[in-house]
Amino acid sequence: MINLGSVLEAVTATHPGMVRSHNEDSLAADAEIGLAVLADGMGGYNAGEVASGIAVELIRTEMKKALAGKTPEELDGQDAEQLIEKHATRANAAIYHASQTQPQYSGMGTTLVVALWHDNQISVGHIGDSRLYRLRDGALEQITRDHSLLQEQIDSGMITREQARHSQNKNLVTRAVGIDPEVETEVHTYSVEPGDIYLLCSDGLSDMVSDEDVQLTLTSLSANLPLAAEQLVQLANDCGGRDNISVILVRVAKLYPARTGLLDRVKAWFK
Amino acid sequence: MAKLILSLEGSVIREIPLDKERITIGRRPQNDIQIENLAVSGEHACIVTILNDSFLEDLGSTNGTLVNGNPIKKHILQNNDVIEIGKYKMKYVVEVAAAGHATQDDFERTMVMKSQPGRPAVARPAASPTQPPMTGPRPATGPLTSPPLGARPAAPAGPAPKPAVADAQPLAALQLLTGPNAGREIELVKNLTTLGKPGLQVAVITRRPQGYFITHVEGASFPVLNGKAIDARARQLNDHDVIELAGVKMEFFLKR
Repeated sequence: MINLGSVLEAVTATHPGMVRSHNEDSLAADAEIGLAVLADGMGGYNAGEVASGIAVELIRTEMKKALAGKTPEELDGQDAEQLIEKHATRANAAIYHASQTQPQYSGMGTTLVVALWHDNQISVGHIGDSRLYRLRDGALEQITRDHSLLQEQIDSGMITREQARHSQNKNLVTRAVGIDPEVETEVHTYSVEPGDIYLLCSDGLSDMVSDEDVQLTLTSLSANLPLAAEQLVQLANDCGGRDNISVILVRVAKLYPARTGLLDRVKAWFK
Repeated sequence: MAKLILSLEGSVIREIPLDKERITIGRRPQNDIQIENLAVSGEHACIVTILNDSFLEDLGSTNGTLVNGNPIKKHILQNNDVIEIGKYKMKYVVEVAAAGHATQDDFERTMVMKSQPGRPAVARPAASPTQPPMTGPRPATGPLTSPPLGARPAAPAGPAPKPAVADAQPLAALQLLTGPNAGREIELVKNLTTLGKPGLQVAVITRRPQGYFITHVEGASFPVLNGKAIDARARQLNDHDVIELAGVKMEFFLKR
């Protein structure tokens, strides 16, 4: 049985912001199975909430089921990536189906960022502009690269990061869950170090609060993760809170190798 | 739609709508904006417009291109920027007032766009009957060929993230009253200032538009404010409040 409850601390915070009447973000974190999911829905009326809700609920329950029968050794980076991809694909199909069959959900979709911690590693999948950041040794680093028009403009050298902060095109994503019959999930695996803090967030945080302020908040308040999450939401609201704000923080207290026994280590050596 | 207002020595010559993806400026007649002046290069500069953004690029001109008085190679235009080429000035103006409220809201919604040019045009036609009518920014030409699909309320396009604190917020500081550093002053120049000893007792002072707040971060005992221990909630600080933390007394005061 996988149980990372003793090595991971996970907290969540979400807020509709200062402008929007309802919250179309959905999020879930489960330290025991080492899973965090965050989605930022889009679509008229309540369809945005429906899309992000489907994505998070489906991924959370299905991943829990899939991981329940597994021992830590049975889940390597490749398995984790496949799991993320498989369930992102299923979420896409479910949302697409709902939007095709029910007129009130027509055109709905959602961004998605999924992180799975396993064997001293983290596998992360994302679609759209919800992000994963990592704080390591006091430095904040953006791990995911947005699927957005703005990111494409930065990549092609058309504009610099600094100019991007002033762009009017912040709201154009090039990939989303549930818009097309199929979607490509970008998945990568990274090694983890004790003391790392991971931040999953919707663009309601990253558009409103500078990376420097996020870094300052996480380093200053790392001793109190719930307060740090609350503080990030408050910062976004103090800056105007023009969109829904969602934050998941996960701290890695110590390493969690899948193989711990001597025999395991010997076996791993000869593998 | 954005436009340029071309003027020479204070008098307006004409208005040029940025209705094409690429508009060129130069002395030669094939330019979209022709300026017959020897200080202007044959192909002087161009403006590429994608959805709501316009990019100005100097095309290696002899005398350069200025924006708000500074020479630029590439520049993302902001409302009311003044472009100078030779003696000519062009003011970049974004017209939103005429758009009305409903349209304004559409501009604020996150849109999905399919941008991979290599991707076969499967999916569904953008104008399929189940698709809500396309609203929002007009589709761009170039690599972004299909119109946006779906919409998500997102942060309205607006000014870039500003510091969390209005500049009007008065500067504040702490003066240590006891302990080895008694007399020392700590200016609260950051949005977050942590105080105390990590692992033992830590509190944070946050600077917000509403003022300064103290919050307990870690440790078994809570900070004492004016003689009374605070609880887990944030407390607003008033001028000359006395804080006691990790055995040290300090006074909070506003500097004007």
